[in-house]
Amino acid sequence: MDILSFVFETGFWLATVRMATPLIFGTMGELICERAGVLNLGIEGIMAAGCMSGWTWVFLGGTLWGGVLFAACVGAALGLLHAVFTVHLGLSQHVTGLGITMLGASLSSFAFRMILPQVTTPPKIVPFAPLDIPVLSTLPFIGPVLFSQTALTLLAFILVGVTAYVLLRTPLGLALRMVGENPLAAEAQGLSVLALRTGAVMVGSAFMAVGGAFLTLAAFDAYYIGMVNGRGWICIALVVFSSWKPGKALLGALLFAAFDAIQMRVQQQSISAIPYQFYLMLPYLCSILALITMSRKAAYPKALLVPFRKGER
Amino acid sequence: MSITPLLRLSGITKHFGPLAANDDISLTLAKGEMLALLGENGAGKTTLMSILFGHYVADNGTVEVQGKSLPPGSPRAALEAGVGMVHQHFTLAGNMTVLENIMLGTEALWGFRRGSARALAKLGWLMDRFRLHVNPHAMVRGLSVGERQRVEILKVMHRDARILILDEPTAVLTPQESDHLFATLRGLVAQGLSVIFITHKLREVMAASDRCVVLRHGRVVLETSTRQTCAEELAKAMVGASIPQATRSKLTPGDEVLFLDRVHASVPDRGPNLTELCLSVRAHEILGIAGVSGNGQALLADLLSGLVAPTEGSMVLRGQPVTRPTPAAMIRAGVGRVPDDRTGTGLVADMTVMENLSTEIYRLPGFSRRGMLNFKALASRAAQLMDVFDIRCQGKDAPVRKLSGGNMQKLILARVLSQGPHLILANQPTWGLDVGATAAVHQHLLDAARRGAGVVLISEDLDELFQFTDRIQVMYQGRLSDPENTATVDRARLGLMMSGQTFENLGAA
Amino acid sequence: MRFEPRESVALAWQIGALLLAVVAAMALCSGLILWAGASPLSAWGLLLKGALGSTFALTETLTRATPLIFTGLAAAVAFRAKLWNIGGEGQFYVGACMATWLGTGMIDLPTELMIPFLFLSGALAGGLFLLVPTWLKTQLKADEVVTTLLLNFVVLLVVNWLVFGPWKDPMAMGWPQAAPVIDNAMLPVLVAKSSLHLGFILALFCAGLVWWMMRFTIWGFEIRAVGASLKASTFAGMPVQATIVRTALLSGGLAAMAGVSELCGVKGYLTLDLSPGFGYSGIVVAMLAALHPLGVVLSAIFIAVIYIGADSMSRAINISNYIADVTTAVSLLMVLLSMFLTRYRIRWK
Repeated sequence: MDILSFVFETGFWLATVRMATPLIFGTMGELICERAGVLNLGIEGIMAAGCMSGWTWVFLGGTLWGGVLFAACVGAALGLLHAVFTVHLGLSQHVTGLGITMLGASLSSFAFRMILPQVTTPPKIVPFAPLDIPVLSTLPFIGPVLFSQTALTLLAFILVGVTAYVLLRTPLGLALRMVGENPLAAEAQGLSVLALRTGAVMVGSAFMAVGGAFLTLAAFDAYYIGMVNGRGWICIALVVFSSWKPGKALLGALLFAAFDAIQMRVQQQSISAIPYQFYLMLPYLCSILALITMSRKAAYPKALLVPFRKGER
Repeated sequence: MSITPLLRLSGITKHFGPLAANDDISLTLAKGEMLALLGENGAGKTTLMSILFGHYVADNGTVEVQGKSLPPGSPRAALEAGVGMVHQHFTLAGNMTVLENIMLGTEALWGFRRGSARALAKLGWLMDRFRLHVNPHAMVRGLSVGERQRVEILKVMHRDARILILDEPTAVLTPQESDHLFATLRGLVAQGLSVIFITHKLREVMAASDRCVVLRHGRVVLETSTRQTCAEELAKAMVGASIPQATRSKLTPGDEVLFLDRVHASVPDRGPNLTELCLSVRAHEILGIAGVSGNGQALLADLLSGLVAPTEGSMVLRGQPVTRPTPAAMIRAGVGRVPDDRTGTGLVADMTVMENLSTEIYRLPGFSRRGMLNFKALASRAAQLMDVFDIRCQGKDAPVRKLSGGNMQKLILARVLSQGPHLILANQPTWGLDVGATAAVHQHLLDAARRGAGVVLISEDLDELFQFTDRIQVMYQGRLSDPENTATVDRARLGLMMSGQTFENLGAA
Repeated sequence: MRFEPRESVALAWQIGALLLAVVAAMALCSGLILWAGASPLSAWGLLLKGALGSTFALTETLTRATPLIFTGLAAAVAFRAKLWNIGGEGQFYVGACMATWLGTGMIDLPTELMIPFLFLSGALAGGLFLLVPTWLKTQLKADEVVTTLLLNFVVLLVVNWLVFGPWKDPMAMGWPQAAPVIDNAMLPVLVAKSSLHLGFILALFCAGLVWWMMRFTIWGFEIRAVGASLKASTFAGMPVQATIVRTALLSGGLAAMAGVSELCGVKGYLTLDLSPGFGYSGIVVAMLAALHPLGVVLSAIFIAVIYIGADSMSRAINISNYIADVTTAVSLLMVLLSMFLTRYRIRWK
């Protein structure tokens, strides 16, 4: 069809990869938490917090990478809070996650308004510029698409590889997976379930926050309240869709972003017919679809949502 | 000249709330010794071993391995000291391979790569040395129970254990597999290991152990060399005062209450498919289903509970075929179901005693009217049942979670038997109960049979089956053997059938 | 550090723990007040005065509490059955849309009939709307937290389309809003010259009804049993599917009634900001009330106090009124902690 001819443009795919980046970070982060047995519903709020803190760091004069690191720390802190409630105290992972989302979102809005009380147009910062990797970026098609992205996008891709390697090939990854399948087995082998789960949640939350920071530090150049706009929830759907496998999660994020990019283009090209709001709905409906296609046979980590209480009868 | 014992537990005390699970327990273990830790359910054996291994922290007392005190609450310290434990419920992840399960925790967490090759080599050597063979690359969820136990033992040996603890190791094995296990353990002991095994089976203790320690109500009541004692003395020590055992009187069977005619059923992840099942139970009769768990008992129980429908064949209750089985339909048809999972399936843990007693009858006229519950009627029924069935609790509004295992089972029995069922499904009804509660359960089931119910008793405990059933069928891989008269059947042959040998499957014409 | 389960906890302690959670939340948020350069005590004083210090303030607070009672009940009922309905926000708008569709001139009835008619039809629409993610959960095991949440975004976009598009009121001078509901559909005011409307009474009535249902009827028993143990209630032969459907209809219906109430009682016409997050606040309201229907009334009023008071506080001190959202979020986390402390004793070893 003529309308879809843009699918062959590099510009389209460039945008796709860029838009997939926050989803990649978020999905990787959630995947790590869930593989260790903890459902982290705080992702939306953590991404908002990362978004805001990354921007604040740069706005107040810091470097871009400093902003990324600061966002990661904020994310890890929220992750620690989540872990204390769910892992150490064994409280409801659903309600704790919702509480963290509300906390992250409201604190971000509050802090933003405290720093900039009277602003209608948010002030801009200088975001990450796209890097052109020598040699690789001159390759036809995939050159500009993959290798002319911002450093954060490259980091996202590297992170997928690192996560997959750690999970599947290192003793730490084995321990993490076991903690999500049979925590008692891990304890019986001398490992600390609480420490492993807490670590997983903190690292995962740090990833999520960096995904949020990408929005202000690379994708756009300003912060406005409500920027995350449901991406966190979409990541949760993507984790199920990817069967908790990092490689599939990457594919899922790219597929999703591609679809999102398509709906934007079609919306621009369409003259009348369908109102633009319906195009904006598609990402959310697609996430629901992705979730339900994989849910029935989903191979959940066996100990997901099950708190581990040491020494209890 | 005294030799420092390999292992010494001194003055171990552990309370759970007001209950003293372990009360000032001391025992020793020498090198190259096989010690049996004996006691009925609830005596404190698993608690004691869990303290030794570091799962629990004792309130008082010390654990010393070769004279050095073990830091409490640390399985890692126990493992490093050479203590290994094979738990009653296997600590294996089904979605991972045998090798992964065994390697877990054996390497530094910050390592770059897993030393799979080295671990594989060591595992191969261990398998040969102890003659325990499993495919290291197999997924654990595809292994049989006996194979999983082998993995558990290999896991412990892989960590160079010198003291091996086994918690009820033969609970899930056929008699032949049990013999093989003890032969293996004897081999280990001959090579210098020390073994403690927890059991409540006297036969094993007399046959395999060097010394035995009997626990009762959390205290050591007897410690002796096995040669110097006998089964009767041990039994008496385990139980204390003699509890009257339920006795079976001869009854003539009445009309048929249940007939399964060449039933097939299958549910993913619920065990082997049921194939060509033929089963018949008559009033006043108790039919026993023997077999190692995991051979289809769960699916059979689901079938009789109304949770699963047969894909082929028919289920007939008192002459009426059951067309669309649902739990409610089975209850209406007079089937009483006592599930094996007391706290998960049999009871709503967060609700009260009265509410749990009411879950099957609250919709009946008399207990509710026009949508509203009749609390007075429900309360008076609850009071009556609590009295008749001797359910000990803090009142009808006590949360069921706080009840002991025995009282929970009495509650379930009360709920079931008060409806006067024609058919009773009792699935592992005395599992995990102490002798007193066990006797009570048996008595209730016998009374129900005397009143006219037919009982299907699924049990892993051959002693129980031999004591109470009229006929026995063996379940193996989803098939049932022909029914045999309990009084005349050969116990050894049953054991062979339980492991699949000499299994004659009828039903295939 | 070890945790020992407590033997039994008196009701007084449990309620005390909830109150303690609230106080702890306010104490923690005092840090933010200090950041804004004000004294916490005077700030909280301003908040309480702004919410409860005059008849007018009180009516404002109760008006704000009205939709929160409805959404709080919606969450409480659903969570009791372990149906994690996070879609209260979307169901709110479904109810408001239904009332707009039927109440802006399509149907004309006298007020005594019009109001119940709009409430019931809104409730039906909201209930049916929640059935979709519920069905996805029971049949396809799709996690309802994510589906109900994502549907919120979808509903909001539909409302966006409606108020900018087909339902745009030509007489609204360009503002994106729908036509106002007819006079007969407007909820009468309870206190002269205030915004407190009949919806508040209806909300109280619903709270009483839900409490009575959960405590005394078969349906309530089944909802509680299914929520406490799905396996055991299935095994006992309870009509589990029907119970979950009933729960969904009730929960979605209550959240939708919040939308009808706000539409017909406060604004009069559908706008994009009809709900400043009532659906999500409803979850906090329900948790603060420990899922008790009558407690929901009290915690809804508490949350309303926080929001109305924060508006007043933020006008007097230079502090963003997002402090209300932060206090609400911290309250939710504190409630979880306090519930934990009533069930476990901490032993330091």
